[in-house]
Amino acid sequence: MTLQKVKGIPVALEGDRAVAEAMRQMNPDVVAAYPITPQTEIVMRFSDFVASGEVETEFIPVESEHASMSACIGASAAGGRVQTASSGAGIALMWEVLWVASGSRLPIVMHVVNRSLSAPLNIHCDHSDSIGMRDAGWVQLYDEDVQEAYDNAIQVVRIAEHPDVLLPTIHALDGFILGHSVERLEKLPDEAVTEFIGTYTPAYPLLDVEHPLSYGPMDLQDYFFEHKRQQAEAMVHALDVVAQVAEEYGDLTGRYHSLIEGYRLDDADFVTVMLGSTVGTAKCAVDLMREQGVKAGLLKIRCFRPFPAAAVAEALADRKAIAVLDRSLSFGAQINPLCLEVIGALYSHGFAPKLINYVYGLGGRDTVPAQICEIYQELVRIDREGVTGSVLRYLAVRD
Amino acid sequence: MVLNLEPISVERDLLAPGHRLCAGCAETIVVRQILHAVGEPVIVASSTGCLEVATSPYPYTSWRVPWIHSAFENAASTISGVETMYRALVKRGKIEDKGLKFVVFAGDGATYDIGLQFISGAMERGHRFLYVCLNNEAYMNTGIQRSSATPFGAWTTTSPVGKETPGKTQHRKDITAIFAAHNIPFVAQAAPHAWRDLMSKAKKAIAADGPSFINVIVPCQRGWRYAPGDTIELSRLAVDTCVWSLYEVVDGEWRLNYYPNPKKPVTDWLKSQGRFQHLLKPENKHVVDILQAEVDRQWTKLLERCKVS
Repeated sequence: MTLQKVKGIPVALEGDRAVAEAMRQMNPDVVAAYPITPQTEIVMRFSDFVASGEVETEFIPVESEHASMSACIGASAAGGRVQTASSGAGIALMWEVLWVASGSRLPIVMHVVNRSLSAPLNIHCDHSDSIGMRDAGWVQLYDEDVQEAYDNAIQVVRIAEHPDVLLPTIHALDGFILGHSVERLEKLPDEAVTEFIGTYTPAYPLLDVEHPLSYGPMDLQDYFFEHKRQQAEAMVHALDVVAQVAEEYGDLTGRYHSLIEGYRLDDADFVTVMLGSTVGTAKCAVDLMREQGVKAGLLKIRCFRPFPAAAVAEALADRKAIAVLDRSLSFGAQINPLCLEVIGALYSHGFAPKLINYVYGLGGRDTVPAQICEIYQELVRIDREGVTGSVLRYLAVRD
Repeated sequence: MVLNLEPISVERDLLAPGHRLCAGCAETIVVRQILHAVGEPVIVASSTGCLEVATSPYPYTSWRVPWIHSAFENAASTISGVETMYRALVKRGKIEDKGLKFVVFAGDGATYDIGLQFISGAMERGHRFLYVCLNNEAYMNTGIQRSSATPFGAWTTTSPVGKETPGKTQHRKDITAIFAAHNIPFVAQAAPHAWRDLMSKAKKAIAADGPSFINVIVPCQRGWRYAPGDTIELSRLAVDTCVWSLYEVVDGEWRLNYYPNPKKPVTDWLKSQGRFQHLLKPENKHVVDILQAEVDRQWTKLLERCKVS
């Protein structure tokens, strides 16, 4: 599909409201959702759209997030467009049925507003929730800013429903940092969104009583593995589809975001790798370091599942030193989830640059440009002295 | 309500034979009776359990109607989603209104225990569906573990009989009354031997404008320890001893559907099944007395609710 660029409509919105606005424009058939800080603004706002008749959506005000995902599964299997939104503990409560959604190949869309996991109780941002669902078979995109939260909210529908994919999909925006921060963005006219997402024709609607189907059978040693193998293959297909949808969306808006994005990366010797809103902070640090004559650069991971390993390896191959920043902690691991992916990508493509892993920002701890500048200075030191030292580090935490 | 057995006897079963449930299992009897009463077009959801695993071993299925299973606790939420999508697509003119009906079949573990919140939520929201509890009074699919539907004194593998405990030491909860307290249009208890009563209730339930609930006792020869051929007799005995009562709550009005005469002693019930054999020993007479007293108390309470004197 080649799209004509349309004129955007500038607005100032919080991330949650930008997502709710995208949901209004997408007008899904069913939304089932439960309130949880910092996602609540999305369900509140969307409820307003339902009450005022601005959407035709049937809204199911469920009694828990497990019920939310369970109702999404029923509604999606029935044969229509389904969306939900959640955060932190809500996603943890859904955990069992996240796997049912992906194993049943249901293109459910979930807008995730990142929040840490208890205990201790903390409502602020880290990626423990969405990274925690890393292996559940959902496609995952991460949003850098409110504009991208809006843009990704629209693109994930196309990705999830693509016949080569048919997998549930999230995009994740950092709780409070994006969710509750007002930023300027350009939204699309309603009809451009309608046209971009198109109509959804389910391949196997449960509601088709003329062709009765059994969804969710018992599947044991003789077929289960093949079904999981097919699911893995669908994830591989998603890599191309994410890129293709991003390209089309770029044609429409002028904003091209693909699987990964570099910032001042081409000639960079020292590179940080991360996902989410800290990308914006780190861009500022890159500029500061460049002013000091350090060839700093940045690699943003927009698509975490499937992980674009070849592209990441190519982007990082010949750097002098790399720091991967993880906003979640895999207790007892040598390195943390994003770093694990990056090292895996490099190793499998024959590269072994000097590399360290920082855990940062847990429970909403502020991450500021000066801290990221320190990371670059550490990378310069590692290169100068030739000694990496401890791979696993913690940023801005009291020992 | 008039129910004519002759056309039903030649009507196609919506649950096909060839499934893997045990000989003498009451579940298929009840499912077939209810689906005959409800009729097509119907969509069925099941919780994880005996019925689900025995009717859907991939690549086979016994379901001649659209059927969905998601997990153990969430059949009510799942059918909420299916029913809501149906309304959404009809409203938007994307599909035609064919008068689809929605039925859940779930076990007592899924209903009394792990799924209680989900059912409560779906009932409060008012989705139009019939929820049937196939109540064999324990987790039979995993091998006879106690649930909150298991009666006082019963042996199960997690309420074993030992020096310290004579089987289960708690009374079961009254889940039917709990759902009646949701003020939904139709709630009932039924049993497979009383097929006319059961099928009439299914017809009333599915015609209700909102959620409905039927709790059906389903004798389980493996878990209750009796000969497979005695299933229907066990169902009858449950009702005649008042360990299981047939009633309905229609728009809040409680109605008794069967008054056993004579009301048989609970020992008749205990003698019929291996799971209660330990209670027949003299040293456990006090347990039997407690059980009889509870059965009498519940029966009296039911008569009061149904205004039967």
